[in-house]
Amino acid sequence: MGKRVAEEGTRIAEQRPRKHLENDILLVGQPNVGKSVLFSHLTGVRTIASNYPGTTVSYAMGRMRGKGRTLIVVDAPGTYSLEPLDEAARVTVDLIDDAKRIINVVDSTHLERHLPMTLELIAQKKPMVVALNMSDEARHRGISIDMEKLSADLGVPVVSIVAPSGEGVKQLVDACLDLQPNQVSVGNESGHPGHHPHIHHPSPNGRSGSSAEHVHLDRDRIWRRVGELVEKVQTLEHHHHTFADRLEELSIHPLWGSLVALVVIALSFSLVRLIGEFLITGGIGIIGQPWVVLPFGTELLFEKLLLPPLTLLSRFLGPGSFLHRMLIGTLVQGRIDFMQSFGILTSGLFIPIGVVLPYLLSFYFVLSLLEDSGYLPRLAVFLDNFMHRIGLHGYAIIPTLLGLGCNVPGIMATRILESRQQRFVTATLISIAVPCAALQAMIIGLVGRRGIGPVLAVYGTLFVVWLLISLILRFANREFQPELLVEIPPYRLPTARALATKMWLRISGFVREALPIILTAIVAVNVLYQLNLFTYLAKVAEPVVTRVWGMPAEAVVPLLVGILRKDVALGLFAPLALTGKQLIIGSVVLAMFFPCIATFVVLFRELGFKGGLKSIAIMLLAVFCTGGALNLIL
Amino acid sequence: MEKLLTELNPGEGGTVVAVQGGRGLQARLRSLGLVEGQTIRKLSALAWGGPVVVEIKRTQVAIGRGMARRILVRCG
Repeated sequence: MGKRVAEEGTRIAEQRPRKHLENDILLVGQPNVGKSVLFSHLTGVRTIASNYPGTTVSYAMGRMRGKGRTLIVVDAPGTYSLEPLDEAARVTVDLIDDAKRIINVVDSTHLERHLPMTLELIAQKKPMVVALNMSDEARHRGISIDMEKLSADLGVPVVSIVAPSGEGVKQLVDACLDLQPNQVSVGNESGHPGHHPHIHHPSPNGRSGSSAEHVHLDRDRIWRRVGELVEKVQTLEHHHHTFADRLEELSIHPLWGSLVALVVIALSFSLVRLIGEFLITGGIGIIGQPWVVLPFGTELLFEKLLLPPLTLLSRFLGPGSFLHRMLIGTLVQGRIDFMQSFGILTSGLFIPIGVVLPYLLSFYFVLSLLEDSGYLPRLAVFLDNFMHRIGLHGYAIIPTLLGLGCNVPGIMATRILESRQQRFVTATLISIAVPCAALQAMIIGLVGRRGIGPVLAVYGTLFVVWLLISLILRFANREFQPELLVEIPPYRLPTARALATKMWLRISGFVREALPIILTAIVAVNVLYQLNLFTYLAKVAEPVVTRVWGMPAEAVVPLLVGILRKDVALGLFAPLALTGKQLIIGSVVLAMFFPCIATFVVLFRELGFKGGLKSIAIMLLAVFCTGGALNLIL
Repeated sequence: MEKLLTELNPGEGGTVVAVQGGRGLQARLRSLGLVEGQTIRKLSALAWGGPVVVEIKRTQVAIGRGMARRILVRCG
């Protein structure tokens, strides 16, 4: 329940796919060539596409109409070759097995890098079309490709496309449907070295050293063949140094690059805050009092539009009645307070729509800009050194940043990391110490009322916790950590269309799946209050909550509600009249204590039962110590 | 003159002579185009043992320092 999987399109979320997935058209290609964009065009299924390798960590399935019937289209995860070196390649090899036709998506600007896999695919003897994507970018860079020659040499049709605009996609579909779909599972005699069930390895006893030798020779032959081919079909004009090139040089320079990274991070956080605050209060400013306040924002909207009718309703129902408690909640100083009243129609609407939604919009706008520009892999390269020192991998920064939006896609994205240990550590850290945007919106909204200091104390503590846990896990597990090896994509200008699609997917996922949970949580809280169950719970939890963390016993309620939704839970601190210190401890403990139900489900699914339990044990220990330490220090 | 990839100066280029490492490492590097005989150019090396960034076939690739130490390049 509550899995925000649909947010990432109709992605099939199993870690290992079924052995068989019959598909009419399979999209195969290297990471970051635009398979997901093409897939969206073909099927109308919107998926998240970004400018870094590894966006599609699993495969996605959709349907399209063609030749008067419905065809199943599958978007395979990006892989550099069919050698089953990683999960993505293994999944792809399985999918190819069940494919009727293949569209091999290739980057026109780097033919020589992509054709080796094309040759591997052709050796699979499946009906196939090659789609030369990014043909517009190739033109800009003065690269021209003789498609006829290429097609004749490869023996398969070649179509040039520009996936984001849809140019050439129709021709591609026609070419693909003209192919005779052949029977699934055709044997194959020319060697491709994967553990492919239908490939005959020439080594006689199967296990001799000659098999590895054979693979190597085969590879050399493929590379030579590609070299000759590219020589024949591609002509290059002199390429002028562009502004983007200069920016690329700057952002990997040891000194200037770190300045760029600092500026980008500072700008991103400021922009999230600026847009978020503007959407809520109409105020323009980053720290402290806003410079200007415009008559705009969700606060004003609720005040002007909802307050008058709700005040009437409140009088009509009469404070103290059960219905009043459920719909309006409790009055604060004789009037409705959208943050504190906690009725379905007051806080139940204001928390998700008035506070969380503006921040989600703002966060995902900025994140999408970062994703599409191509800056994220550069940030990963920059932080790699630091991350390795604390036992992580530079690329772990990408799932972590996604986790700042919502922990669910963040934890799913840990699949781009190679080793199990890396995935475990990164996912555990996200679930414990990375607050999601919904929670952050409430921290800024509620803790921010006491000034910028307490907000920084909460963020600072979470960062220190993140750092300490990764260091401790590093010393607990001295296994060799794989090094960074990653392709850095060129900078691209984010397109409004891609940005809008991504934001729509992520925001509608929130409205569809989080909103019902929020309302349920508020109903549950009110019913439990009515039944006086919380007094009992508070007694049970008192030793830890009061003695160790220094919180009032009633704080156990928000902590429990946090299992449903963290944003609602933090809202429950509002009526408790906490001291500044208690509010800081409460926010930190809430952020760390049990992940919300959606995150919980994904955590166990990604880490397995044992890994999930281990992660929860670390969480319990960490939250107990951190709350206690804060109580002593502050 | 043969140098390790880590010893090249930023901007310096050459031909890959050997990649010392197990089959796994060889295969991973190969998938990104890093094979013997390939011309590459070092663009940058990040401070304090950070990754090395090289250009291979007009693509930028970041390589961890430990891996970069296993790549022998003929230059000059």
